[in-house]
Amino acid sequence: MKRRDFIQLAGASAGAMMIPFASFANPVDPSRLLEQVLDVQQKKQLADIALNTAKTMGATYTDVRIGRYLNQFVTTREKKAQNIVNTESFGVGIRVIVNGTWGFAASNNVTADGMKKTTERAVAIAKANSKFQKEPVKLAATPSYGEVSWKTPIVKNGFEVPVRDKVDLLLGANAKALEKGANFVNSIIFLVNEQKYFASSEGSYIDQDIHRTWPNFNVSAVDRATGQFKSRPAFSAPVGKGYEYLDGRTEDKIQGPGGIILYNKSYDIMEDAAMAAEQVKQMIAAKSVEPGKYDLVLEPSHLWLTIHESVGHPTELDRVLGYEANFAGTSFLTLDKWKSGNFGFGSKQVNIVADKTQVGSLGAVGYDDEGVKCKQWDLIKDGVLVNYQAIRDQVNIIGQKESHGCCYSQSWSDVQFQRMANVSLQPGKEKLTPDQMIAGVEKGIYIVKDGSFSIDQQRYNFQFGGVLFFEIKNGKIAGMLKDVAYQANTQEFWNSCSQVCDERDYRLNGAFNDGKGQPSQSNAVSHGSATARFNGVNVINTARTI
Amino acid sequence: MAILTKDQAQALLKKVLSYSKADECEVNLTGTDSANIRYARNSVSTSGKISQSQLVVSSAYGKKLGVATINEFDDASLEKVVRRSEELAKLAPENPEYVSFLGPQTFAEAHTYVESTAAITPKLRSDLVAQSLQVARDAKAVAAGFLEDNTGFSAMMNSKGLFAYNTSTNTNFSVTVRTEDGKGSGYATRGYNDITKLDTRKATQIATEKAVKSVNAKAIEPGKYTVILEPAAVAVLLENIFFRLDARQADEGRSFLSKAGGGTRLGEKLMDERVNIYSDPFNTDLPSNTWSGDGRPQEKIAWVEKGVIKNLSYSRYWAEKKGVKAIPGPEAAIMEGGTKSIEELIAGTKKGVLVTRLWYIRDVDPQSLLLTGLTRDGTFYIENGKIQYPIKNFRFNESPIIMLNNLEELGKVERTVSVESNNNYLLPPIKVRDFTFSSLSDAV
Repeated sequence: MKRRDFIQLAGASAGAMMIPFASFANPVDPSRLLEQVLDVQQKKQLADIALNTAKTMGATYTDVRIGRYLNQFVTTREKKAQNIVNTESFGVGIRVIVNGTWGFAASNNVTADGMKKTTERAVAIAKANSKFQKEPVKLAATPSYGEVSWKTPIVKNGFEVPVRDKVDLLLGANAKALEKGANFVNSIIFLVNEQKYFASSEGSYIDQDIHRTWPNFNVSAVDRATGQFKSRPAFSAPVGKGYEYLDGRTEDKIQGPGGIILYNKSYDIMEDAAMAAEQVKQMIAAKSVEPGKYDLVLEPSHLWLTIHESVGHPTELDRVLGYEANFAGTSFLTLDKWKSGNFGFGSKQVNIVADKTQVGSLGAVGYDDEGVKCKQWDLIKDGVLVNYQAIRDQVNIIGQKESHGCCYSQSWSDVQFQRMANVSLQPGKEKLTPDQMIAGVEKGIYIVKDGSFSIDQQRYNFQFGGVLFFEIKNGKIAGMLKDVAYQANTQEFWNSCSQVCDERDYRLNGAFNDGKGQPSQSNAVSHGSATARFNGVNVINTARTI
Repeated sequence: MAILTKDQAQALLKKVLSYSKADECEVNLTGTDSANIRYARNSVSTSGKISQSQLVVSSAYGKKLGVATINEFDDASLEKVVRRSEELAKLAPENPEYVSFLGPQTFAEAHTYVESTAAITPKLRSDLVAQSLQVARDAKAVAAGFLEDNTGFSAMMNSKGLFAYNTSTNTNFSVTVRTEDGKGSGYATRGYNDITKLDTRKATQIATEKAVKSVNAKAIEPGKYTVILEPAAVAVLLENIFFRLDARQADEGRSFLSKAGGGTRLGEKLMDERVNIYSDPFNTDLPSNTWSGDGRPQEKIAWVEKGVIKNLSYSRYWAEKKGVKAIPGPEAAIMEGGTKSIEELIAGTKKGVLVTRLWYIRDVDPQSLLLTGLTRDGTFYIENGKIQYPIKNFRFNESPIIMLNNLEELGKVERTVSVESNNNYLLPPIKVRDFTFSSLSDAV
């Protein structure tokens, strides 16, 4: 995950919530967001100009992405609305293969002339780079889909909800937290709409309308006498849904262990803000953890980030091959381990799938950013590494004929490349609730919500914090702990997974801002799981005095 | 439109302001030409060139503020963006923290622009990459790297008469070299305003040497060690101090600079007395902009002097409330060093660890500024003044405040780049005792 965005958005350092602007994003009037800039036929005509120009200039493959990217941020602090920003970014990115080499160029001049000139630049870049090229690009075949469309199945378009309603909702949540004794509260509603049109020289013309929604807050308590302070973020998840996620329906609430309330398909921000204020005070008063080995019971709002870092990233084929060596790093899941067919990534309980179709997830689209229809596939089956995440120019390296459909670009102006699909731990097959799981633990910690996170560049050694930590003693919750972080080796950790709760407990969490590449690009991705148990994990105490 | 001269920028901004009907209006204008080449597996993987410009218009009616931007510059678009910001201001609730825009200020000329960087040719860019690739290929090693250059300008004007303008150039380069068997890895990074100072061949030689020397690393026990941190490793730790100098956070009790019992630690000695940290936009090795985004002049500011917290940064609102000078946060930070090279620091070390790079740095506890992360791309065991052998990477859990209390020695300052933020700093290599490594990593 990209660090600055995480700090700024999640308020991990108790800072004010800053707004991460997408590159080239321009704030616009809310009413203008609902206007269509170009209709599908106009986009097709423009795309055809690029496709024809590239073909004439010797390109063996071309794709065109005409994109309109909208964001809205409404930010508040205590009793004040701090900022209302609408951003829009519109332009085209054109990618070609010439002499077996990729070339890419982008422009916000989306006219017939602009398409032609941008295509010429992409071709020129491909030709220049082909001098350095050692491995010509080999694209896996993908069907031509003709003229098709896909839309996130939203009920309520958040961009159509009046700004005043959003401000009122956030200020209402802030008031609840302040009433319950919070010292500070920042809150935000962050909406994304990607209107993407894709056309390729292989005959696909794909129009997609993608929506994402993320309500979040950071409730802080300060004990001036001792100088301690703690923050508790919202128990919401960023989702691939519309504004209906904020409906907070009773059937989507879950009574969790330790008296906490968790949320599934919709979210009640007012209730959660009040609960956060109560919990953040308990977090300050909690007992400092005794370091040692514990059985960890990890709730889905926490486990998603561990899955993301320790399974999602090392199974990305571009990392395995060395394309990210200078920045994000490589992977311990080398090709020989996969080829062996028996590399024991985890215990038999560990079944992990990659997916780009799951309803409500951040990664769900109909087609990826190189025109491949999306699907679900296995990464870890009964504990064994069985596949990677790969796109059209990579799958030949692992002897496969079909792209996995996980190519993505954060905007029209950035080149698309392999990005993480939703990577999720499948629920256990036997009936098991979190309460039943905890009842079987003698000495353990139940961890809720993601906190601090760090992992090495090949994804062996990691350290994770959390937000709420409950001590488990002889099968029962025995109060709150603080200063907890756990350290493990990825393979040992997943082999220590002894139980996963059943599908009734399965929930999605995720992030808007997974960072990768140079220049760095953001990707939104969800990770699902049910509560899972990991035995004998090393827990450290993180308290220090300065 | 990418790079405008001062006169062109002034004329454009005046025109934008002429459309304003709000109580107050402020306009910020930026333009950048940037280009990059990325390579991996000894071959170019992607490259791009992009021009972008943006006009940001802030309109205020009383304490109601609206912001809109555009990247089209015809008269109709300019008027449209002003109207749009005014409409948003009318829709916005009143913000009690709104502070009226600044009046005219005096700004000194910045030294951030170097013509040779602005005049870079595609050939020079590809030559710089080719030189790096050649070093790796000659050594039968595998290089992955990234070269990026930017030329840009920024300008602002408001209805109260403030006008500011600046141009800048910058280039950042980084390279990771791995041995073919994947058992050794080395890294180097460079940042300059002037691209003629960039020697990609030499940087890649250093990375290659580290890769070769780090093969077959031995595992040693985690624990507390005397550590020599190269500047690239120092940067990712210390910038967590630079980013968190905000007075409001400290006053509100939610910063490492908050004091138990109330108040802040401003004026308290928190680190070894040899620690001096400041920012100076006029430093010739690390020039930075002479004005902040809201039009405040940037001056030389001491943040830590002889280990004492000397200044905190303020928003204009918070400074007004507290009745103090509104000092903006540092644009580029500098830490004073000593005279010794890294080799001399090693020569004076009986037992210790040389850390060339740190990676994946994250907050563990904002109260103590405890950070975690790992060593990467060359970690070595030192005994009796000499590097003895490469060692396996460690995870650390350490606070830069505690670390700067355990200071042994400072080396010679050099310009370096943070791999986390991409920011450039002037920092020394530092030698500290009792640096906490908490576990081993198998990563190379």
